[in-house]
Amino acid sequence: MSDITKQSLSELVENIKSKKISSSEVTKAFVERSEKSKELNAYITEDYANALNKAKKFDEKPNLDLKLPGIPMAVKDLFCTRDLRTTAGSKILNNFVPTYESTVTQNIWNEGAILMGKLNCDEFAMGSSNETSFFGNVQNPIDKNLVPGGSSGGSSCAVAAQLTPITIGTDTGGSIRQPASFTGTVGLKPTYGSCSRYGIVAFASSLDQAGPMAQNVKDCALLQEIISTYDEKDSTSIDFKRNEYSKELTKDIKGKKIGIPKEYRVDGMPKEIEDLWKKGIEYAKDCGAEIIDISLPHTNYALPTYYIVAPAEASSNLARYDGVKYGFRAEGENLIDMYEKTRSEGFGAEVQRRIMIGTYVLSSGYYDAYYLKAQKVRKLIKNDFDDAYKKVDAILTPSTPSSAFKIGEKTNDPVSMYLNDIFTVPVNLAGLPGISIPAGHDAKGYPLGLQIIGKAFDEQNILNIAYAMEEKINFKNNINDWWIK
Amino acid sequence: MSIDLKTIKHISKLSRISVDEKKAEKLAGDLNSIFDFIEKLNELKTDNVEPLTSVAETTLKLRSDEVKSKNLRDQVIKNSPKENEDYFVVPKVIE
Repeated sequence: MSDITKQSLSELVENIKSKKISSSEVTKAFVERSEKSKELNAYITEDYANALNKAKKFDEKPNLDLKLPGIPMAVKDLFCTRDLRTTAGSKILNNFVPTYESTVTQNIWNEGAILMGKLNCDEFAMGSSNETSFFGNVQNPIDKNLVPGGSSGGSSCAVAAQLTPITIGTDTGGSIRQPASFTGTVGLKPTYGSCSRYGIVAFASSLDQAGPMAQNVKDCALLQEIISTYDEKDSTSIDFKRNEYSKELTKDIKGKKIGIPKEYRVDGMPKEIEDLWKKGIEYAKDCGAEIIDISLPHTNYALPTYYIVAPAEASSNLARYDGVKYGFRAEGENLIDMYEKTRSEGFGAEVQRRIMIGTYVLSSGYYDAYYLKAQKVRKLIKNDFDDAYKKVDAILTPSTPSSAFKIGEKTNDPVSMYLNDIFTVPVNLAGLPGISIPAGHDAKGYPLGLQIIGKAFDEQNILNIAYAMEEKINFKNNINDWWIK
Repeated sequence: MSIDLKTIKHISKLSRISVDEKKAEKLAGDLNSIFDFIEKLNELKTDNVEPLTSVAETTLKLRSDEVKSKNLRDQVIKNSPKENEDYFVVPKVIE
């Protein structure tokens, strides 16, 4: 079968289960395509030889009752993988080899999947274009020198370019949904507390969530039901009844009330995005949904709130990188000198900037003015959503205020880079689930995404809406394999 | 509000990140533009708003105090940049 890498996850699972193809054949196909695609720079660490061995072992004694039987998969390099280097895209973890496995990846291996390698990302997931990675830029398979989004840029690239049938990313302010939107793929940020954070390199602990990235909604639902488990090793993991999302998936969304928040019509929003949103509303109506205008009055305050809360938590989380226990060390004249040199040489510019912002807003004399203020505004933002959900079942917005931009276009202006996440950040602040689905193209032919935001723990509902709309939209990604010589 | 070089040096010390003059100037520029953007929050009155510390509206679960993983010494020390048998090694602290 020559077109193995073109198959969706669901097709691959079915073909392996019916013994039409073996895990070895599938793994070999994705490894070969990954090897031919080095120019994309999607991988930080490749583990192809081990993957092929594991596939061979799987085929010798295949367990076809598993949900991901012998399916090869590369994952974002923010998930700790036992005995395989985990860098978080940073020089400071360049040589870090975890002795334990993250719960989310363990759940995936328990269902029979096989690790192919670790995917590039912004350093400590801080970025919207994958340009802050110590391991270099990632190319968007849509066009040369175009960013794949971030921070899960290697993940979005690898799914769009079919280097992996499916993957997982993490999303603190949009890091799954924005790259999915930039590459014409599907990405789900689950409810806070749905997927365990154990073994994921921490960025901002009250916002971080792992989630699936896929070529279609059904695959996304299947991976979500595998990675979402209660875990006592994460004190914020929530014990709620989880659906078998893929089994309960339905296109019947008749009578669902979908809210359109007027505050998301931001100043300077390109007409293409406005048009896409209007089209999205029509698709939702075609599916039988009822459209209701709503208001989320504090939307404009979400980004400034985020840029206090996230750096504050990051400055605390990243205090552990001191050159003593693991990771990179720069020698110094004394202990303090060693700390300061290690952190100055080990962290990149964006990470240092955010640690400094976070340290400042938490420092004596400024805590109330910034951090406490931001926590209060965060409450107002969450209240907005609580009020809206008295009237609607879900909310429809664009995923991003623009399509993918060129590498280098926004690197000198941090604030313009931050504005990329204007539609995604409020969802993290309120702890809600959100999914981005590809919904059209701009004039340049670059993909654009729509976001569906749900109530807390209502992943099934937004997956259903996405599933129904996906059929109406009938999106086709224009990828011509330009990087394969 | 304006963050001057003296403040940058102070934050750099608190952050344990060494900063030379050139880097300090760049950081001052970046941080000022970011804080200009953050100042928007001052438009809102929040005197009677409860701060949101966690979106998960549950109390932390208690668990029994049992040792679940033992003898992890080798694993704990495995990634250290410098060690001596059972210890992490750092520059001399006590003269």
